[in-house]
Amino acid sequence: MSELLDAASRPVVVVTGMGVVTSLGAGKTDNWDKLTAGKSGIRAITRFTTENFKTRVAGTVDFVPVEPLSAPALAERMAEVAIEEALSESAIGSRGVFPGPLFLAVAPIEIEWPQRQELAQASGSNDAVSYDDLLRSAGTGQFRRFHERFLFGSVAYNLADKFGTQGSPISLSTACASGASSIQLGLEAIRRGEAEATLCVATDGSINPESLVRFSLLSALSTQNDPPESASKPFSKNRDGFVMAEGAGALVLESYAHARARGARILGVIEGCGELADSFHRTRSSPDGKPIIGCIRNAIADAGLEPEEIDYINAHGTGTPENDKMECLGVTSVFGEHAKRLAISSNKSMIGHTLSAAGAVEAIFSLLTLDRQRIPPTINYAVPDPTIALDVVPNVARDAAVRHAISNSFGFGGQNVSLVMGREPRA
Amino acid sequence: MADAPREVWITGIGIVSCLGEGPEAHWRGLNEPTPIVDVKTFAPYAVHPLCRVDFDKQIPKKGDQRQMEPWQRIGTYAAGLALDSAGAKGSGDLLGRMDMIVAAGGGERDWAADAAILSGLPKANDRERFLNERLMSDLRPTLFLAQLSNLLAGNISIVHGVTGSSRTFMGEEIAGVDAVRIALQRIRANQSDIALVGGAQNGERKDLLMLYDFGGFGLKGDFHPVWERAAAPGFALASMGAFLVLESRDHAEKREATPLAKLSQVVVASAARRAGTVEASLDRLWNTLGSPDSAALVSGATGTEPATSEECSFFKRHPQLAVRATGSHFGHGVEPQFIMNIAVATLAVHYGKLFAPFDSSGVEEPMTGPLAQAVVTNVGHWRGEGLALVERV
Repeated sequence: MSELLDAASRPVVVVTGMGVVTSLGAGKTDNWDKLTAGKSGIRAITRFTTENFKTRVAGTVDFVPVEPLSAPALAERMAEVAIEEALSESAIGSRGVFPGPLFLAVAPIEIEWPQRQELAQASGSNDAVSYDDLLRSAGTGQFRRFHERFLFGSVAYNLADKFGTQGSPISLSTACASGASSIQLGLEAIRRGEAEATLCVATDGSINPESLVRFSLLSALSTQNDPPESASKPFSKNRDGFVMAEGAGALVLESYAHARARGARILGVIEGCGELADSFHRTRSSPDGKPIIGCIRNAIADAGLEPEEIDYINAHGTGTPENDKMECLGVTSVFGEHAKRLAISSNKSMIGHTLSAAGAVEAIFSLLTLDRQRIPPTINYAVPDPTIALDVVPNVARDAAVRHAISNSFGFGGQNVSLVMGREPRA
Repeated sequence: MADAPREVWITGIGIVSCLGEGPEAHWRGLNEPTPIVDVKTFAPYAVHPLCRVDFDKQIPKKGDQRQMEPWQRIGTYAAGLALDSAGAKGSGDLLGRMDMIVAAGGGERDWAADAAILSGLPKANDRERFLNERLMSDLRPTLFLAQLSNLLAGNISIVHGVTGSSRTFMGEEIAGVDAVRIALQRIRANQSDIALVGGAQNGERKDLLMLYDFGGFGLKGDFHPVWERAAAPGFALASMGAFLVLESRDHAEKREATPLAKLSQVVVASAARRAGTVEASLDRLWNTLGSPDSAALVSGATGTEPATSEECSFFKRHPQLAVRATGSHFGHGVEPQFIMNIAVATLAVHYGKLFAPFDSSGVEEPMTGPLAQAVVTNVGHWRGEGLALVERV
């Protein structure tokens, strides 16, 4: 029974269900087919007018109907779709009862412009509208629905109620590392013996004018709008920013003992997780790369592996000049000569940056890579960056022997999380 | 885990609110209850304003202060106080492996920019285009970072150098409970040795008052202590910051840190809110704590209904327990409230006595006896119930 515990005598944690929604579509099959065919989900934004914006493309999820549309409403609906797929695959629990806690990565929630306009209109103020007018409208009791919808915990509570998860649902944000943090929290809870199963979910549906402007003002977004599917160019010399996108990922994590006892199919193993925060700057990495290097090393050590045993890196790979340079520095520092042999590719070249959801969505694609022994490419790789001498799996998917994979997630606020995944429990 | 759970100590407290900054100011304020509440600035809403704070003392670079909105400055300041209190400030090696969990809301709006856009929108020929143009010209690039929930943690990393790990929980009151719970469980299970846990809120915000008053939860009109609000329920938002340093006993002893109290347990539940479910949930949690019947109760009651009445019914079935609601003193901090109340409970067991009642409804009664245990309660105004057991070392 030794394979039930890892080298550090902790429960081995496996994945028994996965569900995903991105701009490529809903479900693992559709997403995997398109990812490995090198297809892009990036398109011109039609949800609102962009004519005076520098960035006019995104990986919006327009095929999931939500009415009325708001970022938390779309995030919640996409999460439901992803969770339903994951639960159906895992066959864990019973209808409406999941036997463990929910860890939800979700973007910070706030009132949006349509609601502000509704409040302003209801206030009857014709000329200059002030916050006092909005407050007066809020206090009438006519807008109770906004309270629940725009609380920070609203998405998690609604999902917890719908799927019957146990205990207090946790809503978390570590910016663009949030999805990886949700898996990390689930992994830790099972290792502590607090839970036999956890539902780790990450979702982001926040493409609206203000979100786009916010990232645009930070000069973080690509402005290469034409054609949209070529905008996201991770690791290319002519990369100029990331492309915002929406999506959701859901994973059922389970102790191997629990999964085996109920005869569940093992989709992969979460072998380790590493974290290290950066104190250098709010949006930029420390120039020496030490936090990223430490983060990746922590993850490999937590998995009880050596760097040479990693065959594939699912890159954070946003396509910003800064990220890709620093990620390359981190990878070459950690892996040395082995960096030339391992493959590294960025799903974001095709699905864009799904922000709070990215860590979970990309962990799912990493697990599929391990399962299928096939690596999705980095598309739009026409002009190599000579300073990034890595095998980025340019433009075309390839079959490969992948024993262990790392998925990197780095975010504003100095957030760094790396996950190590494997195919099956080690004896 | 095969090993027995490790004992966890509270070795640092950093608190700032309307009562002042630091343990002494808070203990004094709690014992001489005179409400520091502003009923004019945001009338008809009552808020508890932050005391005067010299942010330079904990955030020396003006450039850092400029990158933050008030909630982040308050939190970064309180985090610095906690690190000072734990004797950890400036210890690079220790801070480099110190874990951090922050409970945060976020998103302070630029009221003037929002109001100008809302005033212009009805007159614009093309509203969508007008909104886009104004957002591009009126939003400050740095405002976004000052709004992001995880950027309080980010600022603490930058200003104080805490980098072992950085996680931010959201979700109103219960985010504070879960932040402490997860930090505690990680240390108990040997996943962490030392953690900084806390949160902050700027309650002097019209946009935040608005969010809560959609549901009618804002305290309006005259100020009354929490237990005396049945006729006009609601909470008075507070500006506050509260951080704790939690540490395994062996780690604290090795670096000769002084324990202020032991954090024995944090338990949480999420009852569907129907008549009686809050009380039943508190009953279950109380049993999980082992029914500590000689404890004092530091309550996070908000003054909203029906949550506060149900919490009160629970207390009435435990008449031997002395109860104090801190919301009457420094208001409702939402995410950091539970953490602030753990700090208050820590002071009480550290000093070995409870502070004075502040209530004429009969819920709070004098307690003069020695005190070795305190239970902190937290019933979210909308969802989530949590308890913590704090004990004298």
